[in-house]
Amino acid sequence: MENILSGWVGALVVIPLIKIAIIVVGITLIVLAMNWIERKAIAHMQIRLGPMRVGWHGLLQPVADAIKFLLKEDVIPERADRWVFILAPAVALIPAFIVYSVIPFGPGKTFIVTDINIGILFLIAVSSVGILGIVLGGWASNSKYPLLGALRSSAQMISYEVAMGFAIIPVLMAVQSLSLVRIVEAQKELGWWFVFLAPVGTLSFFLYFFCGVAETNRLPFDLPEAETELVAGFHTEYSGFRFSLWVLAEYANMITVSSLATLMFWGGWLRPFPNVSALSFLDVIPGLVWFLLKMSAFLFLYIWFRATFPRFRFDQLMRLGWKVFLPLGIVNTMAAGVILLYWPGK
Amino acid sequence: MQEETVIHYGEHPTVMDAKELTLNMGPQHPSTHGVLRVKLKIDGERVTDLECVIGYLHRGVEKLCENETYIMVPPHLDRTDYIAAVSNGLGYVEAVEKLLSLEIPRRADYARVMLTEFNRIASHLLWLATHALDLGAMTVFLYAFREREEILKLFEMHCGARLTTHMFRIGGLHADLPAGLLKKAREFCGSFEKKIDDYEGLLTENRIWIQRTKGVGVISGAAAIDIGLTGPPLRGSGVGWDIRRALPYSVYPEFKFEIPTGSSGDTYDRYKVRMQEMRQSNRIILQAIDGLPEGPTMAKVAKVIKPPVGEVYHSIEAPKGELGYYVVSDGTTKPYRVRIRPPSFVNLQALRQLAIGHLLADVVALIGTLDIVLGEIDR
Repeated sequence: MENILSGWVGALVVIPLIKIAIIVVGITLIVLAMNWIERKAIAHMQIRLGPMRVGWHGLLQPVADAIKFLLKEDVIPERADRWVFILAPAVALIPAFIVYSVIPFGPGKTFIVTDINIGILFLIAVSSVGILGIVLGGWASNSKYPLLGALRSSAQMISYEVAMGFAIIPVLMAVQSLSLVRIVEAQKELGWWFVFLAPVGTLSFFLYFFCGVAETNRLPFDLPEAETELVAGFHTEYSGFRFSLWVLAEYANMITVSSLATLMFWGGWLRPFPNVSALSFLDVIPGLVWFLLKMSAFLFLYIWFRATFPRFRFDQLMRLGWKVFLPLGIVNTMAAGVILLYWPGK
Repeated sequence: MQEETVIHYGEHPTVMDAKELTLNMGPQHPSTHGVLRVKLKIDGERVTDLECVIGYLHRGVEKLCENETYIMVPPHLDRTDYIAAVSNGLGYVEAVEKLLSLEIPRRADYARVMLTEFNRIASHLLWLATHALDLGAMTVFLYAFREREEILKLFEMHCGARLTTHMFRIGGLHADLPAGLLKKAREFCGSFEKKIDDYEGLLTENRIWIQRTKGVGVISGAAAIDIGLTGPPLRGSGVGWDIRRALPYSVYPEFKFEIPTGSSGDTYDRYKVRMQEMRQSNRIILQAIDGLPEGPTMAKVAKVIKPPVGEVYHSIEAPKGELGYYVVSDGTTKPYRVRIRPPSFVNLQALRQLAIGHLLADVVALIGTLDIVLGEIDR
């Protein structure tokens, strides 16, 4: 056994496979948990109880839903483009999970599948493929509401991808590396999380997070699936298991955005003030827990948004993306460049 | 417009060149409020033309009324605008009382004013709830329903029903207000202003809400009059026409209240008007409770109502606009004709004019801002 783990087979095949299995199961579990928390949190914000019947305070509701999804009839519309219709959810889901291969959940080599030196570039490239799934799904349904949903989402996600890129660049310029592990380590050396480096870091964070919300189609940017306008948007025609894949992909993407926000701006697995030794008692809490705590806070923010905001209109969303976020991102990047050039020491 | 051609997607030669997409919204759509069907022509997201198709809820209420005695009619009318059943009852009952030249006791009049104003609040709350939900603000929906529930409980105390109340009888009320209702009503009114502040806190200053409603569906006062708009959609365009003031009925002249009006005639102004109206209704209710006279609640009315031959048109300010009843009597126990002038039906006519040139998402906002009820449109 030891031989297998220590040899090249272990390093390149067995251990990564174990990690992948843990991540896939773990993310799915987080999605289930988040599903329950979202329902309960929104319910309480809206003075109701939410699920109460299945298990203690509806704790088993996500499990019941998952079983329901699996048992339901899988309807494929008669005039749908059959193969594309079947493959589209997978095209959206697989990239949503692949990106976790470069996300460090904690310090050291234990908590990451592979630390490649172009980590963040890889992540953005792969997650962009997910958009294709939505476009394909909407088009293959051969129905008008999904088509409109797909049109909206392709325009929206591509626009916000650009602004998001500009939100990330200042971080990369400061760190001089594309590796996510390196980004967190740089924050440790600096002693500050990047979000506290006002104004550039703070602005970058807000730009990144709002673009992230828009990327994942959540309120107030949930136009591709705007229920009251487009029924269910691009997944109107999907049912049963395939529908659950869409949901899983959406939530997995939300977790990715939250993880990235944590890693790039909130110090990843670092405790608050990582270099202040007076706070070293906080090291009792493992890095993984810090990471998950921060990530959960962002996921909760998603839920909070959903309970509070009305929805943007399509043209307003585009205006916000191109005319506000993108120029802000460019200015921010230039400011970061100037600061880094003339900053003494760093 | 009516020709139906079957297009097989695979054989359609010009899918990519097609300028317009015909989109069928409703009758089963999350935000067409009941069974309204809207045939939209859209160019990308922009609406180039639309046509409302109604009639999915037609039950022949007007014809039914001709086959019932005068006192059997109101339950049918409860089912026209089922959101504001109390107002429907008031309009009809007052029309028949006019036909009979009947004076009703002042206590009954005051109680009627109080209950119809409660109904106005309930109706506006439902409008607010669905309108906000249509634009994605989910929480307002549940907040508004919480207060509406309290009002429905008050109705239940008085007459046992919550929605189709059959609240009023020709000549007054079927029974005096029950003990405790006034106290509960006062409690509700005391806290309601604060609740409206809560809703406004979520929406009025919200930038997304303002962006979604300001400048959307603008109609000038003159155009609104031309098309026959009444109620909040008309007042939102700056025309201060409220039948409670313009053609007073019941005991409204004895109450102090303001007629809120907007200025720009857009969705935001119509929203503001309705929010203000809820506050004014609250004021009226408090005055009605304070000034409620003692005495009987039912006038002396014959068991069998046989109005003299004649006709009458009586209109009231229902929550959604001018609600008129044209009742013709041929001297028998049954009305010869009951014609309803529903506000929703007329207000819906404006949808086409309001929506053309706007985006698909605005159509949803505009259906919401007109505050239609299909039960009343189809009858």
